[in-house]
Amino acid sequence: MAEVEETLKRIQSHKGVIGTMVVNAEGIPIRTTLDNSTTVQYAGLLHQLTMKARSTVRDIDPQNDLTFLRIRSKKHEIMVAPDKEYLLIVIQNPCE
Amino acid sequence: MVTRAQPRQPRQPRRAGSAGAEMLATGGAASAEGPGRPGPLQDETLGVASVPSQWRGAQGIRGETKSCQTASIATAEASSQTRKCADAEVQTEAPELVRVPSVSRHDGPRLAAFLRRVEAMVIRELNKNRRSHAFDGFEVNWTEQQWTVTCLHTLGYPPAQGQGLHVTSLSWNTTGSVVACAYGRLDDGDWSTLKSFVCAWNLDRRGLNPRQPSVVVEVPSAVMCLAFHPTQPSHIAGGLYSGEVLVWDVSRPEDPLLWRTGLTDDTHTDPVYQVVWLPEPRHSHRFQVLSVATDGKVLLWQGVGAGQLQLTEGFALVVQQLPRNTKLRKPPRGETEVGTTAVAFSSFDPSLFVLGTEGGFPLKCSLAAEEAALTRMPSSVPLRAPAQFTFSPHGGPVYSVSCSPFHRNLFLSAGTDGHVHLYSMLQAQPLTSLRLSHKYLFAVRWSPVRPLVFAAASGEGDVQLFDLQKSSQKPTVSIKQTQDGSPVYCLEFNRQQTQLLAAGDAQGTVKVWQLSTEFTEQGPGETEDLEQLAAEVAT
Repeated sequence: MAEVEETLKRIQSHKGVIGTMVVNAEGIPIRTTLDNSTTVQYAGLLHQLTMKARSTVRDIDPQNDLTFLRIRSKKHEIMVAPDKEYLLIVIQNPCE
Repeated sequence: MVTRAQPRQPRQPRRAGSAGAEMLATGGAASAEGPGRPGPLQDETLGVASVPSQWRGAQGIRGETKSCQTASIATAEASSQTRKCADAEVQTEAPELVRVPSVSRHDGPRLAAFLRRVEAMVIRELNKNRRSHAFDGFEVNWTEQQWTVTCLHTLGYPPAQGQGLHVTSLSWNTTGSVVACAYGRLDDGDWSTLKSFVCAWNLDRRGLNPRQPSVVVEVPSAVMCLAFHPTQPSHIAGGLYSGEVLVWDVSRPEDPLLWRTGLTDDTHTDPVYQVVWLPEPRHSHRFQVLSVATDGKVLLWQGVGAGQLQLTEGFALVVQQLPRNTKLRKPPRGETEVGTTAVAFSSFDPSLFVLGTEGGFPLKCSLAAEEAALTRMPSSVPLRAPAQFTFSPHGGPVYSVSCSPFHRNLFLSAGTDGHVHLYSMLQAQPLTSLRLSHKYLFAVRWSPVRPLVFAAASGEGDVQLFDLQKSSQKPTVSIKQTQDGSPVYCLEFNRQQTQLLAAGDAQGTVKVWQLSTEFTEQGPGETEDLEQLAAEVAT
């Protein structure tokens, strides 16, 4: 139990990290360091996008699979580490 | 047969007659065959009964002739045909319940295993990202770029222009759709009875007439400065040459005056050079008007009932009380006011402000100052001395100051020496001094969106846009506002529609410029560059 919180704390304490959240396979957030509404928005949208990205990769080559998703925007970099059960989403400001 | 009742045919004697005749004939034949009949047949002639018909004859023909007519009915034929048809259905789904992150703890071990798997990768990527410069200077053009600065509107009020009045001040309202300008004279230091105007145009209104403002307020004396209310889109404060401060409500064209200071002992005795709205210390949604004038007073007014602006706080600047960290000419004995010509409030500290003075030196001041001012000017509230720090002077009066919206220590000043000085609040000497004009500079403003961009209005009729990221020596774009080189007196960026910049000039014209994209979109690393600029203090 404590291990989960400690890992999240380690990631969150990294320089430039704005928020960290864990989302389950249905897109429901189960751990977060952000406020409720932001978390729900990020979780829903990024879950959809990750599923779409994964199916794109697998449609191109059925032997291939998505391992990591990074989104670069003007303000942030959003990283998604996928897994069969969970998604870890980290939002970073790379040039803080 | 004859017994068949035919009650509806009582007048059918003919048929009854013929039936009777038949019967008689048959009867005759039957009797002939009866038992014990005599032998030979005899011909017997029977009289024919004839009954005349009364069917029509008795009734007579009763009939009337009538006629009617309808108007002719026009008919026409037309045909139509659809070539395509489509069906669509639409349905809204019941809004999904916002799922609150559950704090269920049962998924512990698997979640921990997942995090163990991905942690190393995520941390590696986070570190890589911090060090990476792959995206530095990389920009995507999602929107159409505006490459040039163009003039969108040329606004003016012919009666004011006909009197030779200048646009002395400009202000955008809180929605960013209305621009107001004040008409007055800056070159003519004389008292005059010439009436003046405050005009406002709503740029979003359809059928905008650039020669006919949507609001015209007539004012008895030249208006020197204007400021729209920060939240009320129709309230506007103005300062007059006579020293009065007024507040108008331009949504009431028949009686626009809301409050005025009147001419009392508290009122400024010299022209009011700038007015600004300040939130009240304890009610952030209520606002007061601060005015600065060349009589050395900085006064804070509050609108009370009965249309009166009442003095709530006052400050006075006296040469003897200025902090002596620069070599100011030693004044003669007695009190000498310091005429203030411009004011700008810090975006970070609500009590901190910078004053531009006729002496050419900007002053850092605080609303929280306690020290009483050494002045004998009459006033209903005690006047205090706000100055905290004196910056090294310009070569002439400062007409405009502007505090950076992105850095707490940086501000700009511009004056009659044609120079723009970039100061840090932390040192007396300017960080940079740029000569932008051979004549005067009347206004300088930081861009509300680009940390390194500012605009200056010159006495040669140019609006100069400066991008310190591109060059710290010469303007990036210099726009000719007036063809005959008459001076530009004021300019203001629009905070809502950030691509708009309005500038007013000595011809009585307000031009609304649309800025190119390079002046409206913040580049990468710009805030860091500004930080670096401000950090040059020590060097």
